[in-house]
Amino acid sequence: MDATYDYLVWLLPAAAQWPSWLVVLIITALPALACFMFMSLSPLIYVYAERKVSAFMQDRIGPNRVGPIGLLQTLADTIKLLFKEAIFPKKVDRKLFVLAPLLVNVGAFMPFLVIPWGGRLQPADLNVGVFYVVAIASLSTVALIMAGWASNNKYSLFGGMRSAAQIVSYEIPTMMLLLVPVMIVGSLSLQDITRAQAGGLQNWFVFRYFPILPVAFIAFFVAGLAETNRAPFDIPEAESELVGGFHTEYSGFFFACFFMAEYTEMFIISAVASVLFLGGYLAPHPALQQIGPVPMGWFWIWFKAWFLIFVMMWLRWTLPRSRVDQLMDIAWKVLLPIALVLVVVVGGLVLWPATATGFPWDRWVAWPIAIAIVGFLFYVMVRALQWSRRRAQELAAPRQAVTP
Amino acid sequence: MSGLPADPSGPGRPESLPATAQTGGARRMTDWDPDALDTDEMILQMGPQHPATHGVLRVELRTDGEIVKAARPHIGYLHRCFEKHCENVDYPGVMPYADRMDYCAAMGNTLGFALAVEKLHAIQVSPYVDTVRVIMAELQRIASHILAVGTYTMDIGAFTPFLHLVRDREKILDLFEWTCGARLLYNYNWVGGVSHDLPDGFVKATRDLLREFDAVTFPEFLDLIIHNRIFVKRLSHVGVCSPELAIFHDLTGPNLRGSGVKRDLRKDAPYCGYETYDFDVCVGTGQYGPVGSCFDRNWVRVLEMRESSRILHQALDRLEKMERTDVHEKVPKRVKPPKGEVYFRSEAPRGQLGYYVVSDGNVNPYRVKVKSPCFTAMSAFHHLAKGLMIADIIALIGSLDIVLGEIDR
Repeated sequence: MDATYDYLVWLLPAAAQWPSWLVVLIITALPALACFMFMSLSPLIYVYAERKVSAFMQDRIGPNRVGPIGLLQTLADTIKLLFKEAIFPKKVDRKLFVLAPLLVNVGAFMPFLVIPWGGRLQPADLNVGVFYVVAIASLSTVALIMAGWASNNKYSLFGGMRSAAQIVSYEIPTMMLLLVPVMIVGSLSLQDITRAQAGGLQNWFVFRYFPILPVAFIAFFVAGLAETNRAPFDIPEAESELVGGFHTEYSGFFFACFFMAEYTEMFIISAVASVLFLGGYLAPHPALQQIGPVPMGWFWIWFKAWFLIFVMMWLRWTLPRSRVDQLMDIAWKVLLPIALVLVVVVGGLVLWPATATGFPWDRWVAWPIAIAIVGFLFYVMVRALQWSRRRAQELAAPRQAVTP
Repeated sequence: MSGLPADPSGPGRPESLPATAQTGGARRMTDWDPDALDTDEMILQMGPQHPATHGVLRVELRTDGEIVKAARPHIGYLHRCFEKHCENVDYPGVMPYADRMDYCAAMGNTLGFALAVEKLHAIQVSPYVDTVRVIMAELQRIASHILAVGTYTMDIGAFTPFLHLVRDREKILDLFEWTCGARLLYNYNWVGGVSHDLPDGFVKATRDLLREFDAVTFPEFLDLIIHNRIFVKRLSHVGVCSPELAIFHDLTGPNLRGSGVKRDLRKDAPYCGYETYDFDVCVGTGQYGPVGSCFDRNWVRVLEMRESSRILHQALDRLEKMERTDVHEKVPKRVKPPKGEVYFRSEAPRGQLGYYVVSDGNVNPYRVKVKSPCFTAMSAFHHLAKGLMIADIIALIGSLDIVLGEIDR
């Protein structure tokens, strides 16, 4: 708020003389409004991206009718959903039924409060930031269970119960994996965690303490996938088993609410992961942090989060769905032991830092491996693009008919 | 599980009557009586409107949490009195009805009926027509298996492989459309011949298709999904059907071969000259778990696509060297078989499809009875479904590859 006040006064020096209630209103309401607009409109882009990415992977074109290259398709879909009749089946618990889609958005949107978009571009720098994110994000599970129960539908109930089981299982490894960077930094504030990674690409946590933090990052990302109910862990809404899971009975605006929440949660998990492990708003090279007078922090966190969202989409359109018991196996038998080991090891490193500072092995060992992995991924993507282009040309070539 | 009753008790039963009163106490209805459930059990109606029951199948599940204690399939939602209709139309008129039984593999259905009536009529078609029929049947087998395997991956939750496969199915349907004008229900096999000769360039186009299928679609599909770890873990220990159980319930086709029984009518009782083609009968090997699991049944279908492609290559080679004959040469002006009865079975994509045709010497068949592979596959369902999870039920239905149009007829 101080930063916003300074900015306002810098912009309009006369504002220092305005009545304080007006100034407070301006410096709180306007940014809040801007944030909310940004948050609630960005799912339009996520959905469009998801459809285009899936189309690319499935050898289709994807939306291309409404607007240039289909850009307005999701807008049209949203308008359709908003104007559709919201159907209330006869025996639903109406209060809970309406409350659930609203509550799910609380859990999805509130974590935006602590996401740092720049050194000072952050709604609130809570000193319990990480803790706050985890606590608030879990709220949406309550809403999912609520929706499942209120729908008075057995499929919805299954979806709600699955969601509860999934979140209860995955909260634990997620929390422990969050502790890993938190212990290294010694602070729960997302701003502090980002600053601890300053100085360029090589200082991002994902590239440090070679086997420990990369593993933590991957495990955290997997757990995050499960927290957001994304494939291959989308069992609460598994459309081929439970029809729609918890949102089977929802339609119109309320369905759109669930949809919006799901995509917003995707962004939240990606943003938190990029703050904790990928340096948040920090540029890969300090020179890129600012282009002329324009600070680029917002771009870098946006870019990193988008990259992770793309990976989520990639996984969703490639992998089949896990079964519910196998999902629990992954949480309890794989992720939890990994998380426990990492917490213990990192705790040791924090207590006796000499072991970490002796030979700079994360620089000498981790860097080549990280470069090799990134290079390989890049190579795979280039090959895939080349292949798909060549194939498109092959398919477009006319077939000449020859008599048998 | 033999205590499962044969007819439904569920929602249609009046509330006031106890379950035993309605059935005369003869059958044990306690499995399905809401009052007899344990406190943590509930009845879940899956279908007839459900995205993954492959049509209008209703499955009644007694679930304890995610575990299915018992399952009972209900069929009949797509009953169209096919067999009764057949008694009131002439023999060529039966063909469109036969098309509409297994609407995913219409060529195989009409081929079976045409062969049955030809056997009754003692018509011997020319080798050219036989080859054309084999080509059509095998193309249809690939198309049908593409749909079965592709939708199966969708049941498991992966959408992309389905679309990659359907790309090639579209091309097969294009070939059919080119040949006879229809894309789904062809009315192509006639008694004594086929409706249209192959168009010019058909062999070339089919070769192009197969080249792409063999070299691109098929290996990609294996890489993308079949050997995927999640896919294998989901299926390799689910719905295990022992060879004894499969034979007891008269499973046929890929379902039987998935249990490791090497039975294929194209080898065992060849028709249309199948004995002259070189192909293997694929059986489930249980490479990731017990033999006869959902994975094996699916795997057999996947392999059969490759075998069909082999047959097609041979048939196309043969067709190029063969002299064309009139495909309507042996088509009778009026199909009026002599008095008698015939049973003919052929290997449709989904298994043995048998036609029992009784003729009283009239233009209409006196009786047509179909032995449907999907119907018998459904009879093993409640054995296989016991003790699975809800997600596995979907996997099981998909692996049996049922088409409700053929079950209900």
